[in-house]
Amino acid sequence: MKICVLVKQVPDKDSDIKVENNENKISNQNLNFITNDSDNYAVEEALLLKENHGGEVVICTFGEESATQVIKDSLSKGADRGIFIHNDLNKEFDILNISKIIKNVLEKENFDLILSGLQSDDIGNGQLGVLLAEHLNMSHGSLVMETKMDSTEKIKVKRELENGWFQWATLDLPASITIQSGINKPRYASLRGIMMMKRKTIDTVKLTELNAAIDEQLTLKELYAPIKSKKTEKINGSSQEIADRIFTILKEDLMLL
Amino acid sequence: MKLLVFIQFEDGKINRMSLEALACAQKYSTSVTAVTFYEKAANELKNYELEEVLLLKNNNLNTYNPLFYTEAMHTIYKEDYKALLFAHTYETRDWVPRLSARLNVPFLSDCIDFKVTNELAEVTRQTYQGKLNNNLVPKTNFLCSIQSGCFKIDTLKNGTSVINSRDIDLNNVPNTISTEEKFKDQKGGVDLTAAELIVSVGRGIGKEENIPIAQELKEVLNAELGSSRPIVDYGWLPHDRQIGSSGQVVSPKLYFSLGVSGAIQHQVGMKGSDNIMAINKDENAPIFEIADYAIVGDLLEIVPALIKKIKEN
Repeated sequence: MKICVLVKQVPDKDSDIKVENNENKISNQNLNFITNDSDNYAVEEALLLKENHGGEVVICTFGEESATQVIKDSLSKGADRGIFIHNDLNKEFDILNISKIIKNVLEKENFDLILSGLQSDDIGNGQLGVLLAEHLNMSHGSLVMETKMDSTEKIKVKRELENGWFQWATLDLPASITIQSGINKPRYASLRGIMMMKRKTIDTVKLTELNAAIDEQLTLKELYAPIKSKKTEKINGSSQEIADRIFTILKEDLMLL
Repeated sequence: MKLLVFIQFEDGKINRMSLEALACAQKYSTSVTAVTFYEKAANELKNYELEEVLLLKNNNLNTYNPLFYTEAMHTIYKEDYKALLFAHTYETRDWVPRLSARLNVPFLSDCIDFKVTNELAEVTRQTYQGKLNNNLVPKTNFLCSIQSGCFKIDTLKNGTSVINSRDIDLNNVPNTISTEEKFKDQKGGVDLTAAELIVSVGRGIGKEENIPIAQELKEVLNAELGSSRPIVDYGWLPHDRQIGSSGQVVSPKLYFSLGVSGAIQHQVGMKGSDNIMAINKDENAPIFEIADYAIVGDLLEIVPALIKKIKEN
């Protein structure tokens, strides 16, 4: 089984996201970058599949120079090698173009499975895994909460639907699966894993050397913090003062006590 | 501007969010086509003011399958349709990216606004967990899914429209995805939808050992306990406590959140609450955008003080 996991480097969820003055992009200052949350679950699922069925786990990311860190983190956990698609144009692309760029690199590899987190915590398109399934002529399953491999030609996946509903789907291989967070317990890298990572290969492919057909179809007109429409009472003070005010609101305004 | 709206149909009825997307389309265009795979849906749709109702027929479209759905829509797609609108449901998330790749038109997912000015469309998407809004102008035709609650179905315009049926040939679609009946994991789980008061726990609670603080507040307020997704993923609370797009949708009199940042997926499940009170350390947490009462501070200090105060009175 040859498995590819797509991972993305994103700002920590608690980062203070600010728009640069008069520029439609975010300020990179004071940002702490990490592996996208649901991608960690995808990496773990790939490692578990490899442990149970054999094969190779390849980590792929598209990003700027610093993004190699997310590949290294996954290699430290036990993945075998990395493919770094370097966005050396340092430009932002929409997800359809990104999918074409990644397709261009992955199509030579003939993966049996592509795993990815269901959605990135920054841009949040939630489309890449399914876009690649179409580009690479694979089956797909999204929002997956469990996987079962009963044969070498098919994989069964438990998909999450809305309002607590689930559904099993059987996918012919090759398949692209987007992983929901909570599917497993992602492992931490061991010291030995970190030592071994240093001997693993990361192949770099530069965007400018790829023949990806990029046609920009979207214009970002404005990027801004949402304008508040709701009237909010801000409660300030010491913890005791805040608790007293909440008590009054619960008792007198909302009549809940 | 010619618009096409895809109508999702399940459990014998039209998905409410699809009607919201239809209301959105009617607001900005007098040339709206609604497309469905179900006769029952078509019969309902003909009572709205539409250019036409397209009913696509093939037995393979009777239950959801992303490959058949994609090919059916690919078959009827025309350049004239400047935008195809969808409800941002889990089903949409599963198949519409495939349509985007097949048509080579961009898919703007989970939009909170869509408008047309002088034949130019502009959509708004949230990014960074709801911390930023992006206004985007497509240069070409595009697909767009609309988040729940952004358009109101009571603005739908009634009328009399024609149904045009088309048989769709799906013989060449590979059968590489097969699905089983949908099911619920936990029978008799907690129903939070009727709760008057909900205390909800998010990542900001820090560690599992702090959960009893929220439990105690819940007890003294006689409330129900809810949570955001990460708390369930960590195994700190069971899945039936989860509120949001993949959990329950609630609208209590008071939603009291402790350390919940308020990502879009969570807000979908609780923004209909009468009152929202939020404690969070991060003053930029999106939850404060929709809160009636905002407390920037340490819940581990404030909540015990509040519990003490309630007990004393």
